[in-house]
Amino acid sequence: MPKKYIMNMVIVSNEAIHHNYSLLKLRPNGGEALPEILPGQFVQVKIDNSPSTFLRRPISVNYVDYSSNELWLLVRRAGEGTAHLMEAAAGSVIDVLLPLGRGFSMPSEAVDGRTYLLVGGGVGVAPLLYFGSCMKKAGIEPEFLLAARSKDDLLQLDEFKSLGRVYISTDDGSMGEHGLITQNSVLDRGDIAAIYCCGPMPMMKAVAAKARSIGAECEVSLENVMACGLGACLCCVEKTVKGNVCVCTEGPVFNINQLTW
Amino acid sequence: MVNLNVNIGSLQLANPVLTASGTFGYGEEFSDFIDLDRLGGYIVKGTTLEPREGNDYPRMVETPSGMLNAVGLQNKGVDYFIENIYPRISKYRSRMIVNVSGAKIDDYVEVCRRLAPLEHVSAVEINISCPNVKQGGMAFGTTCEGAADVTRAVRAAFPGTVIVKLSPNVTDIASIAKAVEAEGADAVSLINTLMGMAIDVEKRRPYLSTVTGGLSGAAVRPVAVRMVWQVAKAVSIPVVGLGGIMNGRDAMEFILAGATAVEIGTANFIDPAVTVKVVDYMEEYCRRHGVADIKELIGALDV
Repeated sequence: MPKKYIMNMVIVSNEAIHHNYSLLKLRPNGGEALPEILPGQFVQVKIDNSPSTFLRRPISVNYVDYSSNELWLLVRRAGEGTAHLMEAAAGSVIDVLLPLGRGFSMPSEAVDGRTYLLVGGGVGVAPLLYFGSCMKKAGIEPEFLLAARSKDDLLQLDEFKSLGRVYISTDDGSMGEHGLITQNSVLDRGDIAAIYCCGPMPMMKAVAAKARSIGAECEVSLENVMACGLGACLCCVEKTVKGNVCVCTEGPVFNINQLTW
Repeated sequence: MVNLNVNIGSLQLANPVLTASGTFGYGEEFSDFIDLDRLGGYIVKGTTLEPREGNDYPRMVETPSGMLNAVGLQNKGVDYFIENIYPRISKYRSRMIVNVSGAKIDDYVEVCRRLAPLEHVSAVEINISCPNVKQGGMAFGTTCEGAADVTRAVRAAFPGTVIVKLSPNVTDIASIAKAVEAEGADAVSLINTLMGMAIDVEKRRPYLSTVTGGLSGAAVRPVAVRMVWQVAKAVSIPVVGLGGIMNGRDAMEFILAGATAVEIGTANFIDPAVTVKVVDYMEEYCRRHGVADIKELIGALDV
């Protein structure tokens, strides 16, 4: 496992990109360089001055810009802790534990006729932006299938479009195909070699079933409730073929063949 | 130069700071953040005779200034520990203490018997207080007879230091402490988690798969300090205090209440480097109060 750090990070900007989502851009406060962060890894953010928040909050890495030494976190309003983070002022400093967990497996090479599809719903799109950018840097063109309630709830669409083709499903049909993400026609195209998925649990389970039915490899990123994020407390366990394992250290990304779904 | 050395029975600690079982893994999980050798010792995850998968997810819920957990003693068993983990963590100079759990007295005895030959296992902490499994030892820890029976059997099986970890889920913890002292325990540690429960009112369901769980974190500290104070007055063996210590100041509450050493637990989840900060604070505190030896402060409460 690569070395983990407790870093004081300054909030360079905190932009509300939706009433329920903020994009925080962070930089190490001491000017030190960010460590290597792999796509699909997460961080644990300490929430100060929020009396009802006791534990850190696990948040997936949305993007890493090494040229500006910035770490991006896409924060969803889930409770008081995340709400507090969404209101944090630019210039303030937060305590971040990073990088944590095992991320997505990078395909070894681009192969003609084999598509790597990154599938995200809701805030689950967050880690796919960084993963997609890393794939693109590795010379593999990612494609995205993104889902939301309506077109106003699709996050970072321009950023995704800059990395590869984007397919969309919305619940209300206001953009892309109308219906569930698993009904999107791209999944039946016949050339999907692997699916990398992050989103609400029912969606991930449905996508995993779809992946099996079309014979695609599939990795999912789990969001189990966590305390330490370091594999010490054994609270965030997921049942796997190897028994109960910590999502924070063995995951958050798992091949569906490891799970008991 | 401040002397932070303390003794738990024949076990010498470089300072009073230990880590609470189940909150610090096997120590190595924290080696990126702290120099483990700066701790008095570290108490590894509760170990049982047979491997245990633990309870179903969800096992944890955050509560006001604390958390409830119901891990259920997930561990790979004592043989796996001895073959695979022990060799790896023996390199640390800090004292290794193994927390031992069992469903019946023979289990405790057998685990202790297998640990006894290991040179680097300085002590065992006998968990008679896990609230999260039906046979997790709390049945032993809630009566004087049960606590005495386990202590007597373990005492005969393990030649090193025996610390008995007490449950706060009792009416009179001091009488249980006296019972284990009478059977030859070298020390007692307290408190384990307080049994609690939390409900998701929208779903009308308990948050934990086991319905109830063990409360830890800052919320339990006043209860823990009170119990340490009561027990320290009742027994003459050393008391190891724990429960909601979040920083050095909190740790000093326990020392002043009568604890010879302290364990840091849930705070490790929030600040993985908290333990060494507590060591630094103790030294600074002693210097600020003109105390050359921290032992002078054990139970030095002015009431």
